[in-house]
Amino acid sequence: MHYALDQGVIMAESFNKKDGSQVVGGLVLVIQENKAYLSEIDGAIGDGDHGINMNKGFTMFADQVNLAEEDMGTALKKLGRILLTEIGGSMGPIYGTFFIEMSKVIKDADVVDAPTFGKMLRAAVVGLQALGDAKVGDKTMMDTLIPATAAFEAAEGSGFVAALDAMEAAAKKGWESTKALQAKVGRASRLGERSIGVLDAGATSTWLILESFAKSIRSVLSAS
Amino acid sequence: MQRFFNDPSKVVDEMVEGFLKCHTNIVEKTGNPRVVKSVFPTKGRVGIVTGGGSGHKPAFVGYVGKNMVDAVAIGEIFSSPTAKAFYDAFKAADGGKGVACLYGNYAGDNMNVKMAKDMAEDDGIRVLTVVANDDVPSAAKGEEAKRRGVAGEILMWKCGGAKAAKGGSLDEVIAAAQKAIDNTRSIGVGLTPCTIPEVGKPNFQIEPGKMELGIGHHGEPGIKVTDLKSADEVAKMMVDVVLPDLPFNSGDEAVVLVSGLGATPVMELYILFSKMNDLIQEKGIKVYRSYVGNYFTSLEMMGATLTVMKLDPELKELVDAECDCMGLTQF
Repeated sequence: MHYALDQGVIMAESFNKKDGSQVVGGLVLVIQENKAYLSEIDGAIGDGDHGINMNKGFTMFADQVNLAEEDMGTALKKLGRILLTEIGGSMGPIYGTFFIEMSKVIKDADVVDAPTFGKMLRAAVVGLQALGDAKVGDKTMMDTLIPATAAFEAAEGSGFVAALDAMEAAAKKGWESTKALQAKVGRASRLGERSIGVLDAGATSTWLILESFAKSIRSVLSAS
Repeated sequence: MQRFFNDPSKVVDEMVEGFLKCHTNIVEKTGNPRVVKSVFPTKGRVGIVTGGGSGHKPAFVGYVGKNMVDAVAIGEIFSSPTAKAFYDAFKAADGGKGVACLYGNYAGDNMNVKMAKDMAEDDGIRVLTVVANDDVPSAAKGEEAKRRGVAGEILMWKCGGAKAAKGGSLDEVIAAAQKAIDNTRSIGVGLTPCTIPEVGKPNFQIEPGKMELGIGHHGEPGIKVTDLKSADEVAKMMVDVVLPDLPFNSGDEAVVLVSGLGATPVMELYILFSKMNDLIQEKGIKVYRSYVGNYFTSLEMMGATLTVMKLDPELKELVDAECDCMGLTQF
């Protein structure tokens, strides 16, 4: 393991996969805390169930899985499996694929460093692109995920924390961009111009998830 | 909320329990609590499967029965069933001649059906699909593939189910169901919003004195909000959207289905139907068969949908076939 100096604090450049299970625990908390917010955003141009469904799946995972017995890979895989088999809606297959594809990258790894996490993000993008055909600008979660992944990859050479910072900034910008966009795919696309002026619910949950990844991983790195 | 429930997160499970207790002569439970099957065997013929979010009673479980749907995947309120539920429904409906999955065009259903189809095909069950897209206002003409499926799904199940009962092959059942939905057009009008018990408040608003033309079955906002008009004027607005789209022409024969969205009195549906029927006949279109009632609802929304299907000799025979399910009994 090698270390880098970040804002005067010595930060690790990788963490043990075992310690990464708490990163997955952080995702559960952020979804539970934002249940009402996500449903409210979804209600503006969707059917208002996004927060309920996400909370149901993530809470089911928290109830069934003891994170102390998991590593980041097994925890992500179990979270993805539960979303895929128990949640339904569009979010079940979408986030199920998202987390399962991420978990596959670290199946045989011991530590997670910046290039590894970059590959995990990229695997999620590729998996979702096989499932649907949403592109940047269609007012979906891809408006958050695609630029965030690209920003992380571009900043990998500057260190794990710098890459997480870049990912977080790009994710936020992408998420906020959905407000001015007109929906092209998914349920809101039938509204045409009436979808403009409201944030996309899926882009919002993806922003919350990526922000949580960034915060939790920075915390794990500072403790490594 | 002036509603009956115990735990708002358990309304679907408790509804399914009640449904199974009531309709013992038509449906039975399976190993998956979110899959209900018909008591009528599918051995030696094509099995019909559908599925979708809950809150649309009688759809979807209410169309499981004789000569209709053989197994249904049940989702949360307004949310697609899981891929596992669709897969288990395919297994429950499989009688060795393949499964026709006839469902509505929604992003979640499309993804979950696709995954379930892959899982079933690994088990050697052949599954083909027809995706209903009868809701005219949900996308422009020329972009029909983007349109939602609404009450026209009932006529798709009716025709597909009858074709399977007559011994049609999987390809023939799929062709009949596809023809049924290709010749069907619908529109909805909403007067009040609806509330998912677990959300606890309406997720959109329709001001008193207003109506929303083209509203979705899940309360997706409509295409246009206007002042609430008289029943005759509303009937005309709906007919004027539906008929030119296919188009339906003079000399055609058609099925007309008017469904309430949950809270509109059935009496008012007949007031709408009366004018719709006259307007359609005035165009020289013969109303061969008509249905008025709560066939495909949206919780306690007030409003109605109009569905019209153009007939040919085959569709006429399939529509006339007998069927027995909670949502539609015809002898």
